[in-house]
Amino acid sequence: MTPAPSDAVTSSAVDPAPFPLVLGLDTFGDVTHDRNDRPLSHAQTIRNVVEQGVLADQVGADFFGIGEHHTDDFPMPAADVVLGAIAARTARIRLGSAVTVLSSDDPVRVFQRFSTLNAVSGGRAEVILGRGSSIDSFPLFGYDLADYDDLFEEKTELFAELLKGGPVTWQGKTRASLHEQDVVPHTESGPIPAWIGVGGSPQSVIRAARYGFSLMLAIIGGSPARFAPFSELFGQALERFGRAPLPVGVHSPGHVAATDEQALDEFWPRYLEVISRYSQIRGFAIPTRQSFLREVGPHGALYVGSPETVARKIAANLTALGASRFDLKYGMGGLSHEALMTNIELYGTQVIPRVRELVTERTLP
Amino acid sequence: MSVTSASDRFPALPRIAVLGAGHVGPVIARVAIEAGFPVSIAASGDPAEIALIAQVLAPGADPRWAADAVGDAGIVVLAIPLHKFATLDPSLVAGKLVVDAMNYWPPVDGVQEMFEDQRYGSSEIVQHRLARSVVVKTLNHIGYHELDDERRPAGSPGRRALGVAGDDPGAVEAVADVIERIGYDAARLGSLSAGRLLEPGGPVFGASLGRAEFELALRAQAA
Repeated sequence: MTPAPSDAVTSSAVDPAPFPLVLGLDTFGDVTHDRNDRPLSHAQTIRNVVEQGVLADQVGADFFGIGEHHTDDFPMPAADVVLGAIAARTARIRLGSAVTVLSSDDPVRVFQRFSTLNAVSGGRAEVILGRGSSIDSFPLFGYDLADYDDLFEEKTELFAELLKGGPVTWQGKTRASLHEQDVVPHTESGPIPAWIGVGGSPQSVIRAARYGFSLMLAIIGGSPARFAPFSELFGQALERFGRAPLPVGVHSPGHVAATDEQALDEFWPRYLEVISRYSQIRGFAIPTRQSFLREVGPHGALYVGSPETVARKIAANLTALGASRFDLKYGMGGLSHEALMTNIELYGTQVIPRVRELVTERTLP
Repeated sequence: MSVTSASDRFPALPRIAVLGAGHVGPVIARVAIEAGFPVSIAASGDPAEIALIAQVLAPGADPRWAADAVGDAGIVVLAIPLHKFATLDPSLVAGKLVVDAMNYWPPVDGVQEMFEDQRYGSSEIVQHRLARSVVVKTLNHIGYHELDDERRPAGSPGRRALGVAGDDPGAVEAVADVIERIGYDAARLGSLSAGRLLEPGGPVFGASLGRAEFELALRAQAA
């Protein structure tokens, strides 16, 4: 093992809290359907994600993230390639993973791909490391899920070393050792902003603090407010490790349409279908309309509704969680590309300005 | 072994040792503390490593080495990932009432040979390995994020039910009392084998049901 990493990783984010408000969009490349409700091809789905990323930039979203997946309904294993295409057609929006499954990847390759994206995009790359809720990459790449913790711990440590930018010396059990290794391409302006996505493991929160990564809370079910202690744990852990404060973000699913009714009508049947499919695979209870409405309500994790409804919920939960960033995971298998484009447009033109307004109101004396 | 009853005849509630400081352990520790139980929490190593987690997520839980946590506990809760179970030394919990809150969940956690025997539920396999402990299955079929949110006082309409399954009636009673005090109706199942109904793919896994619906779902499946 290498010695404890220095503070170099945090140098991109040493500004004192509060951090600037960041409002972004995430996708898993959910397969969309055509007007006859037939699934589009993987290739068309991917080209549509490029269009969605370009629109996200045009309408003022701060960030566009793509979550690594390896399945027929989420054909999105190479997010960095898609982000490169979006980078070529945009100049402002920040681009990143949401998440990169680091434990079944090689940290050196992840660093190289995202520092290349950083070069292509003029310094707009970010990376969010995590596991996500699917395990498909483990058998695909020959990893054993029982080794998950060791893999993630070691690879996070190595990734933190790589982010510092100098020659890397590292030794572990999960990949070849590195000795004074120069890893290219070098970044122009300090480390790429790096986050760890956490779904509910306090040990992952501590790990993020130990290595100097920002914290992204993935809240996909239940009451968002119950994550508030995680923000506190993160802050206290940073302090204990002698690090400066780092931002906390929230990633949650949702769907924005012109009215609450339209958003619910569009989203619910698709949500039911997708979650039922996963319920069957994983053996948990199928959602009911009642449980869905609970998730959509003020104490649930889904952001489904009109721009005003969604903006109010985002602002309330940012405050409750002490977070400065919200990324809406838009889309749900079976929705149309057009519905997703409308969602993105409403999010950029109406939700974002409204959240900024609400958050500013709250912070004024 | 004798099982300490937590009934009203013994106003001092038994100490609960929660083994595991991941997704599930701190939530169980917190709700147990709020129900009035003294609680210790332990991970696989030095308690200093989980002190902050305990302090922030389960204030009042005493972080300890696993052996120290188990030592004076009336009830030990296994809240570790099942793939770590093979590394748990059975002598650590010998003579104890052990609550198995774990799941064998291949689509989420991968396949494990030890639990592939279709004749037995995962808790029966846990009991077989922990031959000198008394195992009761519960808390496996509620999401850790729900365990906190869905607590209700006894008698609340629609209060969620949780199954409590075990071969030793005294142990089932003791654990059912914990479940009731935490904020759920306890639906008793008379054997660990019947506890298979609580597993992933079963009728109540992840389902928020009141006692009547819960028992109906179990009966429908068992029939």
